[in-house]
Amino acid sequence: MKDEQKLLDEQQKKTGVSRRNFLKTVTGTAAGIGISQVFNPALVSAMKKALETHPVLWIQGQGCSGCSVSLLNNVDPAIADVLLKVISLQFHPTVMASEGETALENLYKIAEEYKGKFSLAVEGSIPMAADGKYCIIGELNHKEITMVDLVKDLGAKAGSVLAIGTCAAYGGIPAAEGSETGATGVMEFFKTYGIKTPVVNIPGCPSHPDWIVGSIVHLLTKGIPELDDDGRPVIFFGENIHDNCPHIDEYDAGEMSEKFSDPKGCRMDLGCKGPDTYADCYKRKWNSGMNWCVDNAVCIGCVEPGFPDSASPFYEPS
Amino acid sequence: MAGCKPQAAPVAAGKKIKVSIDPITRIEGHLKAEVEVKDGVVVDARIHGGMYRGFEQILTGRDPRDATQITQRICGVCPTAHATASSLALDDAFNVKLTKNGRIARNLILGANFLQSHILHFYHLAALDYVNGPDVAPFVPRYANNDVRVSKDINDIAVGQYLEALEMRKICHEMVALLGGKMPHVQGVVVGGTTEIPTREALNAYAERFKKVRKFIMEKYIPIVYLLAGPYGDLLKTGGGYKNCVAWGVFPMDDAGNTLLKRGVVTDGKDYPVDPALIKEYVKYSFFDDSTTGLNPSEGRTIPDPYKDDAYSFIKAPRYNNKPHEAGPLARMWVTNPELSKIGQEKLGVKKMRDIGDAAFSILGRHVARAEETAIVADAVEQWLSEAVPGKETFVPAPIPDSAHGLGLTEAPRGCLLHYVEIKDKVIANYQITSATIWNANPMDDMGQRGPMEQALIGIPVPDPENPVNVGRLIRSFDP
Repeated sequence: MKDEQKLLDEQQKKTGVSRRNFLKTVTGTAAGIGISQVFNPALVSAMKKALETHPVLWIQGQGCSGCSVSLLNNVDPAIADVLLKVISLQFHPTVMASEGETALENLYKIAEEYKGKFSLAVEGSIPMAADGKYCIIGELNHKEITMVDLVKDLGAKAGSVLAIGTCAAYGGIPAAEGSETGATGVMEFFKTYGIKTPVVNIPGCPSHPDWIVGSIVHLLTKGIPELDDDGRPVIFFGENIHDNCPHIDEYDAGEMSEKFSDPKGCRMDLGCKGPDTYADCYKRKWNSGMNWCVDNAVCIGCVEPGFPDSASPFYEPS
Repeated sequence: MAGCKPQAAPVAAGKKIKVSIDPITRIEGHLKAEVEVKDGVVVDARIHGGMYRGFEQILTGRDPRDATQITQRICGVCPTAHATASSLALDDAFNVKLTKNGRIARNLILGANFLQSHILHFYHLAALDYVNGPDVAPFVPRYANNDVRVSKDINDIAVGQYLEALEMRKICHEMVALLGGKMPHVQGVVVGGTTEIPTREALNAYAERFKKVRKFIMEKYIPIVYLLAGPYGDLLKTGGGYKNCVAWGVFPMDDAGNTLLKRGVVTDGKDYPVDPALIKEYVKYSFFDDSTTGLNPSEGRTIPDPYKDDAYSFIKAPRYNNKPHEAGPLARMWVTNPELSKIGQEKLGVKKMRDIGDAAFSILGRHVARAEETAIVADAVEQWLSEAVPGKETFVPAPIPDSAHGLGLTEAPRGCLLHYVEIKDKVIANYQITSATIWNANPMDDMGQRGPMEQALIGIPVPDPENPVNVGRLIRSFDP
């Protein structure tokens, strides 16, 4: 932690952006605010440099592409600006033009060229059972490459890793009880293979676009953000949902919802996992601030390391 | 580059060349295509599904209601469809009847995501097969000889629309979230209806957004699909495949279960009503235990065998009446046979979907069907908005039955979707999912019949095996 702080301070000097101001812009000051202020001049120049020197390679294992789709929902800056002005996204299976060997050759070429500098974004878990056969990501020189091969290779070469979504961070749904694929999150995978590259977990099922873009921008301009014990940025995952819930007064008054469609009341009796869950959804909300899980139904604790088993059954017995 | 023509590489006549594309990108999931090219056309094809997670195994033993959350994580592009299929299976098992407002709220949630998914598919997944993106990553590198045939003007228009479509699909997700909580992965669709009673404000916010999206669909998306039919007219003549269709029907329009897009099967040119008992899943060439082959989903089992000899895919091979069938917008539109949009009628010179004839079963035909379907769903969304009643109940509580089974049949944007649940002692004893891409991207079955996507690849032109552009075009026309 001490080293990280030093790194932050140093980068702050370079970029001329104070940590406090930066955090304010990244976290937003009110519900629904994205990271529009990333376009202040000092950050723009820091990011322009990052765009040239710090490519992001986004790879997918056992996942649903839901975090990629969620990223597309970024409000401010609009995703087109994120792709063209903020992140040099050199590889992304869902959006890139190339396919087949051309795509993989480019992936390895960039990883070699920017060794120790590029960020590896991992979406989906890594199936370690059956020699990695449960997830084949492509073919190079007539050889099948598994997700295990890819993360081992690129993970060691990367300057940092962003484990995006609960699958990549902790194993998530593919690692739930009953699975036999050996689905694993990045940190645990690195432990197994002794890979020392720093990892930032950005969980959520899916992860919120502000969490993804905010963490990437932080990484590009100021280095690794402060992380909690589960490897998550404190700026996004530092607050308890229940303690900050807009329904907390109703909870204190003992007013509990009895069925989903009750517009009022605390959702705990329905199975809400807000008390066990740390994320800023309560103020950030989802999809441009339209709504969030607790106002609609219940929180299912999707950002927590044990998800889904720690939260299942999601609802109280009826 | 714009305007460039495919150049045939010097390949000896009569010689077979193996071409492998892995990964196939701009899809959801992990696919590999392996084709054999002879004299510039595909003569054999294999589609490999490269990922297995084990949802059916994970669901066993859980609270049945958890299935609606867990199965959404199968696909981040169409989670609402899995939420719907799962809820329908549970409605059936719990024996619960929805309120009218509950049915309409579910349609508004699923409908908004149909619009989102079709826009995303055309612009962000498929369009780069026909136009060039900006010359920066991730739009470069691309095939050296990528057969882009549009003028610079049209290319610029398409790139502008690509960016605008990013905004449109985001707005569609806002519509989903207004009633469904958040997106991807909604909280709001549950057994018994939906969790949040729509307020006047929420419906107004939905309607205001919908207006923008619909304008984009009618004025940009549909016209540009027909515009491509000019320079790429030959792609209306290739990639047909079996021309068999399965459609389970979607968007209930009344309590009797009549759906906007009809339920039906077309086999060898003849129409049949759907009998779910005729669905069987084969695994001879799939990485699953041979003892599980040929089973109906109601007795289905999922036992992976990743080292199995001769197997080449983690996708099972579902067959209807033992024959391969295509699923998706084309299958739905063929089964329903609606009138085409004004611009469609004008451009194609025909009135209804089936009047298009064989050209509908083609690489571009699938894009036409998808675009036309988007207009139909948009019209229906307008109707549901007028029918939704603010403040009226959308949810009917029901206890978990001790033992029961349920079947949920609906449609995802990319094709028909089946969920089957068996409940014993109030928990899931068996859960089976047959999803859209399983119908299209499956391998050969026990009888030796190729999967629909494999069959559709046969005969498509690949003049330059170093740049097999049409293989990707064909695969993405199915929206896997």
